Amino acid sequence: MSNPQNILRRSATTTTPPQGRHEVEPVAKLIDVSRCIGCKACQVACMEWNDVRDEVGINGGTYNNPTDLTENSWTVMRFTEHENEQGDLEWLIRKDGCMHCADPGCLTACPAPGAIVQYANGIVDFDSDKCIGCGYCVTGCPFDIPRISERDSKSYKCTLCSDRVSVGLEPACVKTCPTGCIEFGSKADMITRAEQRVTELKGRGFAEAGLYDPAGVGGTHVMYVLHHADKPDLYAGLPENPSISPFVSAWKGPAKPIMSAIIGITAFAGFMHYLTKGPKDEPLDEEVFGPEGEDAYLREHTLSAPETEPHEPGRRSDHEPR
Amino acid sequence: MTIQVTRRGFFKLGAAGLATSSMAMMGFAPEAAASSIRPFKLTHTKETRNICTYCSVGCGVLIYSRGDEAKNAHQQIIHIEGDPDHPVSRGALCPKGAGLLDYVKSPSRLKFPEVREPGTNEWKRISWEEANERIARHIKADRDENFVATDSEGRTVNRWTTTGFLAASASSNEAGYLTHKFVTSLGMLAFDNQARV
Amino acid sequence: MTNHWVDIRNADVILVMGGNAAEAHPVGFRWVTEAKEHNNAQLMVVDPRFTRTASVADFYAPIRTGTDIAFLGGLIRYLIDTDQIQREYVLNYTDAALLVDEGFGFEDGLFDNYDAESRSYDKEHWVYQTDEDGFALRDDTLENPRCVYRLLRAHFDAYTPDMVSSICGTPVDKIMRVWETLASTATPDRTTTLLYALGWTQHSLGSQIIRTAGMVQLLLGNIGLRGGGVNALRGHSNIQGLTDLGLLSNQLTGYIAAPVDDEQDLDTFLTARRRAPLQPGQVSYWQNADAFFVSLMKAWYGDNARAHNQWCYDWLPKLDKPLYDILDTFERMSKGEIYGYFCQGFNPLAAIPNKAKVSRSLAKLRYLVSIDPLNTETAEFWRNAGEYNDVDPSEIQTEVFRLPALSFAEDEGSTVNSARWLQWHYAAASGPGEARADTHILGALFTRVRELYARDGGAFPDPILGMAWNYKQPDEPSPEELAREYNGRAISDVYLDGQLVRRMGEQLAGFGELRDDGSTASGCWIFAGSWTEAGNQMANRDNADPYGIGQTLGWAWSWPANRRILYNRASAKLDGTPWSERKSLVWWDSVQRRWTGADIPDFPVDSAPTRGQMPFIMNPEGVGKLFASQGMAEGPFPTHYEPLESPVPEGNLLFPRNDKVRYNPAARVFAQDLEMMGTWEEYPYAATTYRLTEHFHYWTKHVHLNAIVQPEQFVEIGEALGNELGIKEGDWVRVSSKRGYIRAVAVVTKRIKAITVGDRIVHQVGIPIHWGFLGLARKGFLANTLTPFVGDANTQTPEFKSFLVNVEKDTSGGRT
Repeated sequence: MSNPQNILRRSATTTTPPQGRHEVEPVAKLIDVSRCIGCKACQVACMEWNDVRDEVGINGGTYNNPTDLTENSWTVMRFTEHENEQGDLEWLIRKDGCMHCADPGCLTACPAPGAIVQYANGIVDFDSDKCIGCGYCVTGCPFDIPRISERDSKSYKCTLCSDRVSVGLEPACVKTCPTGCIEFGSKADMITRAEQRVTELKGRGFAEAGLYDPAGVGGTHVMYVLHHADKPDLYAGLPENPSISPFVSAWKGPAKPIMSAIIGITAFAGFMHYLTKGPKDEPLDEEVFGPEGEDAYLREHTLSAPETEPHEPGRRSDHEPR
Repeated sequence: MTIQVTRRGFFKLGAAGLATSSMAMMGFAPEAAASSIRPFKLTHTKETRNICTYCSVGCGVLIYSRGDEAKNAHQQIIHIEGDPDHPVSRGALCPKGAGLLDYVKSPSRLKFPEVREPGTNEWKRISWEEANERIARHIKADRDENFVATDSEGRTVNRWTTTGFLAASASSNEAGYLTHKFVTSLGMLAFDNQARV
Repeated sequence: MTNHWVDIRNADVILVMGGNAAEAHPVGFRWVTEAKEHNNAQLMVVDPRFTRTASVADFYAPIRTGTDIAFLGGLIRYLIDTDQIQREYVLNYTDAALLVDEGFGFEDGLFDNYDAESRSYDKEHWVYQTDEDGFALRDDTLENPRCVYRLLRAHFDAYTPDMVSSICGTPVDKIMRVWETLASTATPDRTTTLLYALGWTQHSLGSQIIRTAGMVQLLLGNIGLRGGGVNALRGHSNIQGLTDLGLLSNQLTGYIAAPVDDEQDLDTFLTARRRAPLQPGQVSYWQNADAFFVSLMKAWYGDNARAHNQWCYDWLPKLDKPLYDILDTFERMSKGEIYGYFCQGFNPLAAIPNKAKVSRSLAKLRYLVSIDPLNTETAEFWRNAGEYNDVDPSEIQTEVFRLPALSFAEDEGSTVNSARWLQWHYAAASGPGEARADTHILGALFTRVRELYARDGGAFPDPILGMAWNYKQPDEPSPEELAREYNGRAISDVYLDGQLVRRMGEQLAGFGELRDDGSTASGCWIFAGSWTEAGNQMANRDNADPYGIGQTLGWAWSWPANRRILYNRASAKLDGTPWSERKSLVWWDSVQRRWTGADIPDFPVDSAPTRGQMPFIMNPEGVGKLFASQGMAEGPFPTHYEPLESPVPEGNLLFPRNDKVRYNPAARVFAQDLEMMGTWEEYPYAATTYRLTEHFHYWTKHVHLNAIVQPEQFVEIGEALGNELGIKEGDWVRVSSKRGYIRAVAVVTKRIKAITVGDRIVHQVGIPIHWGFLGLARKGFLANTLTPFVGDANTQTPEFKSFLVNVEKDTSGGRT
């Protein structure tokens, strides 16, 4: 169980975090794309461990299934058929999911107090009880990861199995990975490990092999070894220089005193939301919110400022089945 | 650690929760309900060593079940993951092995002996006793009618070729060995397994 | 597998061909990635499709499905002509130097003495020349034109790179790259491992493809060494064990061939199985067949089995044909010659070729019994599922029983993995409803049948009443009782050379203790050693690897005798020292005067190198066989023939003058099935079927998590064919063969390329199996609707991997 003393940051909270546990060593997951066979064991292990099941979808003409991240699929394989300059085919398969940024855009953008937390070990976790479903985390994420559930209007994403990590286990996807493409350890060890992998890949002719640990988000606690680190975009649109949207940074910076008032209202709305939607068989309480319910209430009171900043238009559609 | 609360019950807690949020706005640390965001789900479960039933890599699996084997507790399997001690799999499982829980819990699992009577369009539940009796009588009737003790040249052949048996591929050696004894005792020859398909 | 999963990490070159290890055995494939990283291994894939395995390979070469013998035969020619063989190994550890009978010959695609009517050969001359003692003659210079080595080279003379390329459709430069890389392991300090699966077995020539691979490995000196071997990656979790236990029409247990009509007495039967040595002083372990067999009969028939009644030999059924395989069974069933059928964890409606024929045949049964943890299409073959299973239940008079079995998670016992490891598992919970263990289901059924025969008599009840069934609960024998029985025990005190080695009632320590005098009982001789006086060896869990080369002898128990790498004596030179330190495995300790090392020696442990016994102890020659003698239906050397349904317009490119050798001359094809073979004019595309990594055959359609990650039926076509037919990814297509059609989503991919065969462009079509009319995945067509009803000439394994289809854009509305 997570120790509250290990929480580094909380969304929408100005408190100074406890300073006592800063010697906690950051962890990281390393995904060596060159070893991935796209078997989807990680997808299955993720759903199994977290007690979620996605829908039985359709085949859209590719191996991508489910076709995108969802409230229940916190990781998916993205398959790309790439012909290199020599005319040889490369089947690039990238496990997509939360990168656990050191400077998490989702947390920065989140207006619900404590709905997103960052632990001292680097894991960025969502506390669904506190989520108000506003979608700012989606906007704030440079990797297009969180998904809002249509069922309960809460945001979901990979937790890096914070429950497992907190009792001394590795994440479920890491453990299950058949080829050892996913590894887990301290971030320092994972960087060393990545260097070994990059050296081997260079020896096999991948001159541009390298580690993906983007500085624009302060580095990440999920990193990739790429055979073509010079072209991350080849891997189903992995962003080359991800960063938090300037607007999200801005509104949580100088604009903060103004925004806090808004957040206060938002937090209130969030609790109302839980009251009305949490126990899902309960009808919407019209006495509190009026006939249009809390969605209208939220629209009216939260100003929706960050939504004016689109998050890389069109990126999402790249992942849809064609 | 998760406490189920009704909506009405939660209303009572609501004020306190709201106050906490407001306190946060004012710069005070909220009480850390976050400490139990994700309770570890395997605490006190029973761990059973097993081998994956799918392919022939034979990965080690650990099956976690609820219930400590007290007489009144029915074991309920809640999770399956890899056995890190296994020298081949070292804790890993493929997408099939990682999903074994849903095989064990599949809605297509059969629960009772059933028969589909000739010409009908449905299953009818029967007892094990009835199933055994009816199948045993089929076996005996066919075998008694079609058993070949000697062939046209007078050679002793003791075979029965009008009933066949396709043996399993994921059952244990012990079941397989017993199957062989069963089939051979009857003189059955149309006997095959999944080795080829 | 001759070797084992972890040992793959010791390979220098890994060839995956006739399989897709990353797809089908992802966790075993881990050791390929380990070999790449820690042994700098090269991974090469030769496959019709660029597979998941190819996605992490160093090199990929395309090939037309069903042409592997041409590819490997050309390799043999290349290795010999460029002298890239492990010469000392080939000379001493293979039959290369042995002289072949003068009556053996091969001309224009056929061996001598072929009978076209029976589609079979007179094998009389498929033997070595022998001296008066029955030992094979040899020529150690390898110059004699009748020696195996010279005949082998002559046999593959036509398999030039250009010819191979025109048959296989593989560009010559890619062929050469694969051949050269493999040849680099002819040195004693490097090894290739070959990983294959049903991509080699499921052809009308499957057994011969695998033989060719074995011959390559013998020439390279890679059998018996770590990181070497010919490694069959078996399919199901215990198909190795059920094969070891002989659950096949032509087997007893432990690979003892079942008796045939002509073997009317025990001595005739045993003489044919004893296999006298063909070179002086060789081990030829089958000389102990008497002890294996008598011990089996003591396990099965107990006190009823006595010397004076030939140990109940007469009670065993005798075969009147080589096999009662599944194809033969369904052929007979289709003619109304079979009345009852048991399917234990088996779904033949999906798993046997030509679904229409299977469905028609099942409807002719009086009774069908399905024993399974899951519902199956076979159990519900009578159910109308519209387009997917268009039958009329009211017209089907079969009485169908569906019996619920426990799954692995609720059952205790052992299974044998592909590496021959017997691993014990424990039950975690009880099963759903009234589900029972297979042992309970069969135990209760057997005792009921036995009661009926005891009470009412009937046809030859002796073997039923006489079968040893002395279990504490006869309805429900325990796993421990059964495991102890197949291991074996001493019935009376056992002596070896006058010394007492085992007291009455004790569990046997190994097959070395078996006797042919009735003093031992063992249900499966190769499993002797699995449950000894020291307890259940299959439950061992010491994963220590003292030599650091992946040899964990304390984990589980491997047959035979806990040996992990077969023929491992071949890892050492004639003088008993390792070929190289890099590949050392077992060696002769001249001080202790014993074989020792990192594995249990697969050899008489005290047989000094000077004694001249050779490593292949199961072969009468004592050496590996490049020449198969009389063992194969199509001949002692493999030959390329076309699949029954081939996209090659006519004949066989190797033998253009002989129109009688287009396909396997020894293949058995039933008359009606021959009529159901399509031609390339009607069905122009070469198709192959396979399983996806997210699926396990037809089971996982019932498993929610697997249905999620690969939900809907699809077929794969190349971009060139897609362009030609106006089909793009996500479109619906109709794929048809002479036997039926399926409709599915099209995956249009760069991973399947059109190839040139002869002077024709050939498109290949990939058809995953899995979907059906039941379960949680989206409904689909059973893929065996398309496949041809013909098998390998030796094993009758169906030709699921090579057949012809047509592909059209589906206009009937797509998803239903």
